Amino acid sequence: MKLPWTRLRELGIVGMNQRNAEFIMPYNERRYYPLVDNKIITKQRAIEKHIPVPELYGHIELEHQAAHLPSLLAPYSEFVIKPANGSGGNGIMVIAGKTASGHFRRSNDNLVNLDEIKHHISNILSGMYSLGGETDSAIIEYRVKFDPCFENVSFKGVPDVRLIVFRGIPLFAMIRLPTRHSDGRANLHQGAVGVGIDMGSGRTNYGVMHSRPIKEHPDTGFPLAGIQIPEWDRILEMAATCYELAPLGYLGVDLVLDRDRGPMMLELNARPGLAIQIANGQGLEPILKYAQTLGTIPASAKRRVQIGKEIRHKFSREPA
Amino acid sequence: MKNTKINVTALILIAIALSAVYYKHEKLGLPLKPAEQSEVWTVEAKLRFKANGGPAKAKFYIPREPPGFIKLNEDFISSNYGLATEQDELNREALWAVRRAKGKQVLYYRMELTRDDNGSNRRTKPRPPYPPVPNYEEPLGSAIMAVLNEVRSHSADITSFTRELLLRLNTPQPDQNISLINKAGHGSVEWVRQLIQILAGARIPARIVYVLPLQDLVKHGTLVPWLEVHNDFEWVAFDPVSGRQGFRDDTLVWRTGDDPLATIDGGQPAEVDFSISRHALSQVSIAEQWARQTESRLMDFSLFALPVQTQNVYRIILMVPLGALVIVVLRNLVGLATFGTFMPVLIALAFRETSLLWGIIMFTMLVIVGLALRLYLEKLKLLLVPRLAAVLTIVIMMIALFSIISVQLDLERGLSVALFPVVILAMTIERMSIVMEENGSQEAFKLGSGSLIAAVAGYLVMTHEWLGHIIFVFPETLLIVLAITLILGRYTGYRLLELWRFRGLIREADKP
Repeated sequence: MKLPWTRLRELGIVGMNQRNAEFIMPYNERRYYPLVDNKIITKQRAIEKHIPVPELYGHIELEHQAAHLPSLLAPYSEFVIKPANGSGGNGIMVIAGKTASGHFRRSNDNLVNLDEIKHHISNILSGMYSLGGETDSAIIEYRVKFDPCFENVSFKGVPDVRLIVFRGIPLFAMIRLPTRHSDGRANLHQGAVGVGIDMGSGRTNYGVMHSRPIKEHPDTGFPLAGIQIPEWDRILEMAATCYELAPLGYLGVDLVLDRDRGPMMLELNARPGLAIQIANGQGLEPILKYAQTLGTIPASAKRRVQIGKEIRHKFSREPA
Repeated sequence: MKNTKINVTALILIAIALSAVYYKHEKLGLPLKPAEQSEVWTVEAKLRFKANGGPAKAKFYIPREPPGFIKLNEDFISSNYGLATEQDELNREALWAVRRAKGKQVLYYRMELTRDDNGSNRRTKPRPPYPPVPNYEEPLGSAIMAVLNEVRSHSADITSFTRELLLRLNTPQPDQNISLINKAGHGSVEWVRQLIQILAGARIPARIVYVLPLQDLVKHGTLVPWLEVHNDFEWVAFDPVSGRQGFRDDTLVWRTGDDPLATIDGGQPAEVDFSISRHALSQVSIAEQWARQTESRLMDFSLFALPVQTQNVYRIILMVPLGALVIVVLRNLVGLATFGTFMPVLIALAFRETSLLWGIIMFTMLVIVGLALRLYLEKLKLLLVPRLAAVLTIVIMMIALFSIISVQLDLERGLSVALFPVVILAMTIERMSIVMEENGSQEAFKLGSGSLIAAVAGYLVMTHEWLGHIIFVFPETLLIVLAITLILGRYTGYRLLELWRFRGLIREADKP
């Protein structure tokens, strides 16, 4: 009987302390953090690099700008309001439609009126959701209509694809599926389902919820494995390109698949979590350690995607 | 590479600390354990006043042969003032004088005492005349006479007379006569003065004595009035509230009589503040040695050289790094999630004031009630900062209410909340409510209980008697704390809770 930590070490699982000390601190320079923490900057830089992002409808920086809200929102019946410096998916309000009475319908079917939207925006502006509690700005943007390929395996909310890009090489991927339990959020520790993706083919394999392996989506009952992510190579290339817009060596890239507009980059994360290991049933350590030893990293994103696939192939687990 | 550097630094720090401890313990005989038996009280009186600019004189009563105590040492700290002490058969006075003084003046009197359980010097002097019966106003006079007559019939001598009188006047269900007499608050100076007047009605000589209740780590102590009556042989002391005979073991008789405690010529009236602390006899005798032994440079930098008030503050402050170390361990080795990084340390400091159990009860109740009210405030759609201010106001009102209720229930603990960090509580409530809204109540509960666990662990470490003694007598041990923190700063292994988090992976891998 081996001790649990020896077992974890053998499986190459990276813990929080190791992630911070060995990957985030040496590879992520603090001065680049604002590039990913501020979603407006991320969006602008992504557009420069021709990475598709949800269209920006409005950017509210000052309280009195909220007065123009009715005219700003008039053309849109669906949109998302979120803090520019938010973290962990906090402070996001998704409006899925308007009612005849002039109310807005949230994605969780609650009705809100304009005043409540204004209050939410002023909460965002006062820094309630920002990382350091500093004043913030609010973003109003396109609401992603998710691709039908996930229709059977998600409950409300938008499923998203999370990739770990190390030194510009996409190495790990999972898809996060909202559940009833997670209240439509794609956050694993709130009860969303994480499903690992085979890097080579873009097919889903393992599913996990609350650290326990599962085979079917808890709300819809459809199998989680074997879903082909459309435009997989395009997704990988986009993720690899994100390294160019924010030169962070250990980067989390969140993407969504839009029904009409294809894959879009939602946000970047300088401190991506470790749940991706659970979803993939594989530890990060040997793969990241191997990627550390690589000499020069090619400048072309396509090449880096290729390297990523090769590394994952090299470390692929024996078929069970 | 990097780790070696840190390990070497840590080793050097530990080596320095250990050798300093060894030197102080072996060569200077500082104890490694807090002594248990004979305790020494250090009492410091601080006299503050504003001088007018011309000559200034300060007269201040200081204890003279306090019953039940032995004075080990005394100090007058008075910069450029000339000092004289005078004593009569009752009291002792310190007289400070200076030719020119302007602005804020601070004079200190410090004494060290230890209990003397064998010595029972009777207080016989002076022998007083029998006081004349005062002319009481009516209807007070009739009430007093009625009470005195009743007491007389229930007592045998002056001692039992006084005790009976005190018991009657302090009864929780006073009759008509007694409610007429009881105007001043029980235990106040006016109350004791009135007692003397009443006793004069029975021609019993009585006087007021001011005593200082001795309690460790008191920063702003005050004198409390006590009553003494003469029974033809000696002066017998009574607790004016409980009617108990004699001085309590933990009270120091400061002076006898009712003149002002301090009189100032050439300045504004003085403010007097007492601070008190307790330590073991061995430590103090060593501290005394230090003062004389000037050869050792190490001694000049001892914390015992500081004024008592500052020492008391340092006794608390020096424990904070240990609390921080507990947080480091809990967060990086255990993986416990808390609100804020060092907020639990601040809560733990607040527990010092309230005692642990009571602190936990109060913290939990305040947070729960605060959260409920905060959820209501959410409906009002307030802006962030006004909302925070509103929560803060509510928290303070709740704490006040708490104190009032606990007084009604005779729970003295509720009064010690004054220093509970209200701002931190308000922030906790605000953050908890946001987490609750964003991530669900489960997450909020997890963070809240994590904070509480960390606070309790921090409290247990920070109030540990032996650790407190070691840190205060050997402050260089903080270097060891620093070294441990440095080493933990490079710990990249798993956190305890991560074993649980990744358990699924182990189970999967272990499947045949």
